[in-house]
Amino acid sequence: MLNNLAFETDRLSGQTVELCYHCHKCTAGCPVVDAMEFGPDHLLRLVALDQRQEVLSSRDIWLCAGCYTCATRCPNDIDISAVMDALRQLSIREGITAGEENALLFHRLFIGVVERMGRSHEAATLGLFKVLSDTPLMNDVGAGIGLFLRGKVPLLPQRSGAAREVRAIFQECRSSGEPTDKAV
Amino acid sequence: MEYSYYPGCSLHSTGIEYGLSTRAVFNHLGIGLIELSGWNCCGASSAHAFDHNLALALPARNLALAQQSGRDLVAPCAACFNRMKAADYSLRNDPEERALIEAAVGFHFTGEVTVRPMLAVLHDDYGVEAIAAQVQQPLRGLKVVPYYGCLLVRPPQITQFDDPDHPQVMADLLQAIGAEVMPWSYATDCCGAGLSLSRADIVQKQVSRLVERAREAGADALVTACPLCQVNLEMRQTSQPMMPAFYFTELIGLAFGLPEAKKWWRKHLIDPTPVLHAAGIPGAGVPAKGLEPLAKVVE
Repeated sequence: MLNNLAFETDRLSGQTVELCYHCHKCTAGCPVVDAMEFGPDHLLRLVALDQRQEVLSSRDIWLCAGCYTCATRCPNDIDISAVMDALRQLSIREGITAGEENALLFHRLFIGVVERMGRSHEAATLGLFKVLSDTPLMNDVGAGIGLFLRGKVPLLPQRSGAAREVRAIFQECRSSGEPTDKAV
Repeated sequence: MEYSYYPGCSLHSTGIEYGLSTRAVFNHLGIGLIELSGWNCCGASSAHAFDHNLALALPARNLALAQQSGRDLVAPCAACFNRMKAADYSLRNDPEERALIEAAVGFHFTGEVTVRPMLAVLHDDYGVEAIAAQVQQPLRGLKVVPYYGCLLVRPPQITQFDDPDHPQVMADLLQAIGAEVMPWSYATDCCGAGLSLSRADIVQKQVSRLVERAREAGADALVTACPLCQVNLEMRQTSQPMMPAFYFTELIGLAFGLPEAKKWWRKHLIDPTPVLHAAGIPGAGVPAKGLEPLAKVVE
């Protein structure tokens, strides 16, 4: 039972995926469903059927934009966005190659900068993403220059005065919580 | 009237004109915004991919700072607002979660301060009629659609703000400053949010659809209350002519006749001055010189 995907997902997300009766309201309203392999309600079914590999390696869990349209419309009050988060956490913990590696890379870079500096720093995140992702190198260079010229990506990070306390929060969550790996 | 103020990371970078216009409008109205000293990133929208407790503890540290100040908290960014409300909701409703968050942050939650949507502070606390009374230069002739995006209104049990399907607050404020609000059905559709870097194709598609629908509704511009929506709307548009996306605070500032308004337009990736000129609004400033239109830079 402990190794059952539905059981673990329910525990991590605080939801009950088995309540889904596949009315498709979530899938009908999902803004990114046409880029997905399965779509939200199909994915919930795969979770309930313990299709671990298929679910945790699917790109769907990384394509969810976290818009909460599904969570708001579900007649059984399943917060599907929270389910997607739980599946991401399980996928990372098990070291599964993400179905959308660039999406995971972005999250790792973003949260890695926050852990070190206490605040996000766009120039660092965008620069590292450009170098480390497999998106074409020239993509978004024009937009990046446009933002830079308008003073919107300061090169120096802000000093928050909170960096040490924020690192302590990361440490505390790592030791008290689920055995998630280090973000970066 | 005084609030604790959490600008969040974006208002110092990609959403800088949101921060500037917010400060200017609140200053003009005499509403105090006192920035939390030593605030940290709320973790949106990455922390919850890694650790549920971390995703609540990061915003909760800011709630702890607000609690020390004793003032209700205003967070202009929709994503920051959403994360603050999510932490607040867990602290109020889930004793087990509350113990974990309090231990991680090192504070005792009293529940005395609340997190307020900035739109509601202006709409309810200050009042629509009082805002209308401050207007020097009604934005007559400017046709706009209000665009809330996701995180101000969903999930509704957490955001506790307006109607999640048919919010009205922004339309009320825009009408109060004389703008013509066009009816449309896409005010709470998603722009693609944080997929902007890793899957720009998806965000382009979402944004193109929103802009097309806004054009069909007869609008000259979109009006947002979220820095990520705003940058996606202006950065990921593909079809000409490009439609600017204002922050609602910019338009309120313009209607109040604030002289600094013309500095905000230069921060936009899509120059909004032609739209303001076409609507015959004085004090709109001149089109930005020295900055190539984005489309040209990209080529």
